[in-house]
Amino acid sequence: MKIKSQKDWWAGWMFIAFGLFFILVSAGTPEFINGMFGTKLIAGYQMGSSVRMGPAYFPVVLGGMLAALGLMVLIDSLVEEGPKVAKFHFRPLIFIAVSSLAFAYLLKPLGLALASVALVFICAYGGHEFKWKEVAIMSVVLVIFSVVVFVKGLSLPFPVCPSFIDVCPIR
Amino acid sequence: MEGIFGNLAIGFIEVFKLQAVTFAGMTMTLPFNILMCLIGCLLGTLIGVLPGIGPVATIAMLLPVTFNLSPIAALIMLAGIYYGAQYGGSTTAILVNLPGESSSVVTCLDGYQMARQGRAGPALATAAIGSFFAGTVATLVVAMFAPPLAEVALKFGPAEYFSLMVLGLVAAVVLASGSLIKAIAMVILGLLLGLVGTDVNSGVLRFAFGISELADGIGFVTVAMGMFGICEIIANLEQKEHREVFTSKVGSLMPTKQDFKRMIAPILRGTVLGSCLGILPGGGALLASFGAYTLEKKVSKYSHEFGKGAIEGVAAPEAANNAGAQTSFIPLLTLGIPSNAVMALMIGAMMIQGIAPGPQVMTERPQLFWGMIASMWVGNLMLVILNLPLIGMWIKLLTVPYRYLYPSILLFMAIGVFSISNQPFDCFLMACFGLLGYVCVKLGCEPAPLILGFILGPLMEENLRRAMLLSRGDPWVFISPSKPISMGFLIASILLLVIIALPALRKKRVEVFVEDNK
Repeated sequence: MKIKSQKDWWAGWMFIAFGLFFILVSAGTPEFINGMFGTKLIAGYQMGSSVRMGPAYFPVVLGGMLAALGLMVLIDSLVEEGPKVAKFHFRPLIFIAVSSLAFAYLLKPLGLALASVALVFICAYGGHEFKWKEVAIMSVVLVIFSVVVFVKGLSLPFPVCPSFIDVCPIR
Repeated sequence: MEGIFGNLAIGFIEVFKLQAVTFAGMTMTLPFNILMCLIGCLLGTLIGVLPGIGPVATIAMLLPVTFNLSPIAALIMLAGIYYGAQYGGSTTAILVNLPGESSSVVTCLDGYQMARQGRAGPALATAAIGSFFAGTVATLVVAMFAPPLAEVALKFGPAEYFSLMVLGLVAAVVLASGSLIKAIAMVILGLLLGLVGTDVNSGVLRFAFGISELADGIGFVTVAMGMFGICEIIANLEQKEHREVFTSKVGSLMPTKQDFKRMIAPILRGTVLGSCLGILPGGGALLASFGAYTLEKKVSKYSHEFGKGAIEGVAAPEAANNAGAQTSFIPLLTLGIPSNAVMALMIGAMMIQGIAPGPQVMTERPQLFWGMIASMWVGNLMLVILNLPLIGMWIKLLTVPYRYLYPSILLFMAIGVFSISNQPFDCFLMACFGLLGYVCVKLGCEPAPLILGFILGPLMEENLRRAMLLSRGDPWVFISPSKPISMGFLIASILLLVIIALPALRKKRVEVFVEDNK
């Protein structure tokens, strides 16, 4: 058995995994596995009948279809020649993800201004060129813009200054 | 006929209405709706001109902001972004040989060649004239076809709706490029993700894993920004920046008499084809422009000039993409069914405003319905003015390097997502969906079908349950002769799938998309 299309191979596994995941969570773990552990591992939701569908009905059907399609893609990957998976670029991926997380978790304690600066610096570092001066100017401009437009103009309830500063000039 | 103009008049009155607006503590009386239309068109042109950010991510970014606007102002602005992007996209395509917008990919072929021959001005003018003409016709098409369609749709029961959604989703994947099975799988994954949260019928929390933020489900803004916005940024950062701006002066904008003669027929053909393809589920601007270019290449007597700067190769796709962008609002406004990812977001915008999308919108909120249609024509007029005399400004913007752009885009996305519920969790989810989107793109799975499924998931389940309850659990209700419409929809979907799955056609379909992607 030789994998002819790497893309399809992995895509197939991804769909199968998602499909089984949704079936497992909504229908619960099957009896024999529960028996092995002595408890119900995942309780699942009610199936109901086709007349009165329970919350598990639609997701189980869809999950089954997804897993079946995944299997088809998987089989296809062994039959039909296809392209290799293009290289993953982890640098932008990680920096972009981390910068948006940093913004989200810093916004309440440190305020919009500092959280924005953090986001700009971290994500700019993930790019090809990083010039301190440029990024610093850019973050100042962006902070002013977002405070004026989002906090002042559209009155989003964001704190502007860090929470430990008692007197904030902008509210 | 008179009915249409009467209705359009309602729309125009709504668009130009003066309103008291409070902004930053000041209250002013302004024609607010027209102002929003202008902002939408400006933004649309801007993101159209800038490669690396599309209308889906932009509309998703602005959705949380529209929370504070009136429904009509919000929808007018968001619609302006979509068709505005069609105008802006052509500028970049012609001057830089880069599609500013995916629907102007084919404009690059002949538009850039015209620019290299020193005819950038006429090329830009042709694109704008074609777009404006197509926009005007498409506005009338929407005004004419939407009411009768809505009337038919008002008679639909849950069975018909379920089947219609199946047809919509099937058609959307058939017309998408790439592997068919993978596209269907993405739709189903979208449907499943749409089910996360509290089940309306039983009150059971599904797939929430004890995370209280998931009780209301995953916000589609979060999904769209992750799968499109974040994913686009990462993909753009992968390759080194190379942009060759053709700034050696645009020169006179005026096309010659010969140019005018040659552009008339392609514009007409492009408009007709674009209007038709826009209405189809899965259609819209992208499909329309590809279709129009292929058609023009076949029928034009200048076909030997194509790829070497034929004006037809600019006129037809530009007319078609604008017509398609506008007529794709027809299924949205009359059936409440999105035909592409942008329309899925428009449905989301309507839901944020508390409007249930569907045929009842036209009768219950005529001002909203006709105001939006009228705004499209006004918007097109504004776009011609924005794009032709102000072309110099957009060219300057083109020279802004991407390393200045993406931190700003990312910051606005983060602010937008955070503001949905004022919780960091949504930003976390956005990052997760960005990751999922990146993996999907790497594995050759398109994210657009997932968004469509995501929007339709809960609606589909709801209608399926209702239909089954009404039929006492008889699954044949969808294809019984007593429900001919539902049966028709399902037969059409099956036929579509079978036709596409035929080996001969499958090959042909691959060829078409490969040729187009060159």
